[in-house]
Amino acid sequence: MLEKALTGTKGYKAWVIFLLIVVGIGFLNYLRQLTVGLGITGMSRNVSWGLYIGQFTFLVGVAASAVMLVLPYYLHNYKVFGRVTILGEFLAVASVTMCLTFIIVDLGRPDRAFNVLLYPTPNSVLFWDMVVLNGYLFLNIVIGWVVLGCERRGAPPPKWVKPLIYLSIPWAVSIHTVTAFLYAGLPGRGFWLTALMAPRFLASAFASGPALLILFCLFLRKYTKFDAGREAIQTLSKIVTYAMVISVFFIACEFFTVYYSQIPEHMHHFGYLFVGLHGKGNLVPLMWIFAALAAIAVILMVNPKTRNNDQTLAIGCACVFFSLWIEKGVSLVVGGFIPSPLETITQYAPTLPEMAITLGVWGLGFLILTILYKVALSVRYELES
Amino acid sequence: MEQTRRTFLQIAGLSALGFAAHSALDAFAVAGPSDYIVDPKALKGKRWAMVVDVKKFIQSGPDALKRCVEACHSTHNVPDLGNPKEEVKWLWTEPLEHAFPEQSSEYLHDFTKEGLKGLPVLVLCNHCDNPPCVRVCPTKATFKREDGLVMMDMHRCIGCRYCMAGCPFGARSLNWRDPRQFIKTQNPDYPMRTRGVVEKCTFCEERLAIGLQPACVEACKNKELVFGDMGDPNSQVRQLLKTNFAVRRKPQLGTQPQVYYIV
Repeated sequence: MLEKALTGTKGYKAWVIFLLIVVGIGFLNYLRQLTVGLGITGMSRNVSWGLYIGQFTFLVGVAASAVMLVLPYYLHNYKVFGRVTILGEFLAVASVTMCLTFIIVDLGRPDRAFNVLLYPTPNSVLFWDMVVLNGYLFLNIVIGWVVLGCERRGAPPPKWVKPLIYLSIPWAVSIHTVTAFLYAGLPGRGFWLTALMAPRFLASAFASGPALLILFCLFLRKYTKFDAGREAIQTLSKIVTYAMVISVFFIACEFFTVYYSQIPEHMHHFGYLFVGLHGKGNLVPLMWIFAALAAIAVILMVNPKTRNNDQTLAIGCACVFFSLWIEKGVSLVVGGFIPSPLETITQYAPTLPEMAITLGVWGLGFLILTILYKVALSVRYELES
Repeated sequence: MEQTRRTFLQIAGLSALGFAAHSALDAFAVAGPSDYIVDPKALKGKRWAMVVDVKKFIQSGPDALKRCVEACHSTHNVPDLGNPKEEVKWLWTEPLEHAFPEQSSEYLHDFTKEGLKGLPVLVLCNHCDNPPCVRVCPTKATFKREDGLVMMDMHRCIGCRYCMAGCPFGARSLNWRDPRQFIKTQNPDYPMRTRGVVEKCTFCEERLAIGLQPACVEACKNKELVFGDMGDPNSQVRQLLKTNFAVRRKPQLGTQPQVYYIV
């Protein structure tokens, strides 16, 4: 089936070449990081995780969101999702690949990455994250590929994939729960020390992932012959709406606990992010963009008129995606380190090479996604004609 | 073609399984009798700990602090990168209100004539009894010894920096670049590190092993730092805690830090 990715329109080829260039630039910068060290990034002794781990955290959510299609389609036999489920599964494959790549580029000694397997350490959440992420990648590749292959031959999927499909449902929940536990179990990091972390992660995942999928569906309908179907997009948009409202509610809950209890170790982080602390606050503008985007998203998604209009739906979904990208991809990780446990404020800003590497990994993800979608759509098109 | 590919995959799968089984068996293999030699002079303790006498440090002046830090960093080839973003440090001073942020109050700081605000206090790895860094490390590169030392295997560390997020005392440093060119005077008796690994104070385990006190303790002229065994009721550290009121950093987090501050 992969050969279908080799032919395509001029636009498709140009897009693939563009992505290859982005990946190439990222890779060249990564080679420099390999020789010089992580010192070429904006990370520091006090802010020891930055953009890379932020992207990883955000993308785990996008990956987990495939369950929002798999669950209704396979568990509740919701036929409307028949055409889009494969897109969700392939989005999960691309996202998890990006997650794993972001972890690798964040390692100080990537050559020793296999030490995690050589010396398995069950008490480390990172060990479990490695297990669940790789498992999820495997599940989605196998399920997506086998189901698509059978569809192509006009045969029903083999019986042995069914258990894998059912397994992928709790597994999707596990990847985001375990990723939340990376943060939520650390003493002395007040920003992350909240039992709401995993529920928050899941809520934002089920908003950002399907929002991206809606944007893809709208794009594909406009520029290709693939139509996900009006009802599928509408159902997805309702999922996004509920998940986004719950996400905003959860963040409001955090604000209440933190500011009503007035415990400094918890309060300082929110203060730094939204108003600045001791005159320092280079993330303040970004956080207000987040708040504004989240507000616009909720208004556009809750209102049925704007939700059912393709143009306003696209704007709403873009607002959902970018607001949650700021929240999970930037502020959640960086905000946890500022101020430091010793209450010093070291600010963080990514450097150019760091951004190039980040874009390179995103480019790699989009390349995988493009190829997988091309294969899926070609198979479908072949069947219909 | 299909057949050969299938055969190939079968062989590949079996080989992978074989390797996995081999390493699994290795894990169950019983370790033989230890064949390394223990120095008869080596200091032995049940629970190593350190007492920092802040009062004595005030009397001795800032030079005493500087001597301790220099002794530590020169002994362990700790690089001086000259910028706070990438600095590596095992033992350093923090203003009192940063070493003990929970105790910060403008009135409490009136205690001495000069005021306590900004008073430099030595900080280092607390060698916690319940260390979060050990809990989070995905490769056991950081681990706790039976005598309480929280150790660092810089040859196993993958540089994921989870321990830096886990440590509530900011005791850990990553080598953001190759440290070798930033070491002022090299000590050939102690290994240097590569870029990309995390390091921290080890309570001078290499010196304890040959019967010496930690380098910072040795550098103190006035016993401002005292190192000893909390498991021994007659040890100097236990005696100090009997006769002085001491506090620890962030005890509320339950990590059970083993560096005590006499205030």
